[in-house]
Amino acid sequence: MALINPKKKEVQVKIVYYGPGRGGKTTNLEYINKKFKSRIKSEMVTVKTYNDRTLFFDFLPFDIGVIKGHTIKVQFYTVPGQVKYNATRKLVLRGVDGIVFVADSMELRREMNIRSLQNLEENLGSMNKNLNKIPLVLQYNKRDLAKEGIPLLSIETMEEDLNKTLNAPSFPASAVVGDNVAETMKKIISLTVSSLKKKLDVGEEK
Amino acid sequence: MEFALDFTKKQLESIESILEDELIDIGVQCVVLIDLAGNVIVNLDNGESDHDVYSLAALAAANFGAVNAMANIIGEQEFSLLFHKGDKDSIHFSKVGDDLLLLTIFGKEVSLGFLRLKIAEAIKNIQATL
Repeated sequence: MALINPKKKEVQVKIVYYGPGRGGKTTNLEYINKKFKSRIKSEMVTVKTYNDRTLFFDFLPFDIGVIKGHTIKVQFYTVPGQVKYNATRKLVLRGVDGIVFVADSMELRREMNIRSLQNLEENLGSMNKNLNKIPLVLQYNKRDLAKEGIPLLSIETMEEDLNKTLNAPSFPASAVVGDNVAETMKKIISLTVSSLKKKLDVGEEK
Repeated sequence: MEFALDFTKKQLESIESILEDELIDIGVQCVVLIDLAGNVIVNLDNGESDHDVYSLAALAAANFGAVNAMANIIGEQEFSLLFHKGDKDSIHFSKVGDDLLLLTIFGKEVSLGFLRLKIAEAIKNIQATL
């Protein structure tokens, strides 16, 4: 959960980009880092293996200004998508306030998206959290590949597979090109921050 | 594990004053108290260090988690002390209660033995404020 510092009037919010391996989570953060450089005061931190896959996480701090008298510091994390790194995913999910699930639109990856979402639900469950109750945005990434003739899942199929019961806001996107990357980010920030507003009201009384 | 850590202004001020007296005053460069989700709770420095404490906190929390997982594999509950030694500067990590971590960054002029004593003292005092 978000950490509120009543002395500095500062709130730290943790948003995690989750999803199957090679789905574009890191690419989302890289695009945000490039596009919003002025709001990012430090370097993006990435812990990668030798072949450029995320080993631990990527970390990007992002200032979104002042809400209810508090400076809001959003901290974006990605998880390693590969199946074998589940222990690490659980660590990164600790204290999460909002989640972006980055699904891969390629037809080949249909099963992996479903499994990764199940894995997210299980991992949250082990922390007594419920995916239905946490701010969540779905992103259907790699839509640009349609132009190259790569078979993609239709948005309807992806909604049916992933979002039928969750009913979360969703965006078709291309993290490489930047389509809907900022929109996804803005949506998750606004959902997460509104879920914190009640807590900030209480915090103001301290 | 879920964190329900809320600090009042008074608590934060007490923690800052403990860290200032016990650690900054003996020549430590920078101290950061974080939670295991990687949030910065308190950070203080001697005015000469300019580290990116938010990134440091995220990495330190993850590092601590990874080391704990290793401890479990060899049958330990946890390694409560971690220390990384550099050429000029080093980092000492210490658990505070169940949910917090204290990072201390210090140079060669501070002896590790003395620092560990002071850190133990600071942790005892911090826990009394929680």
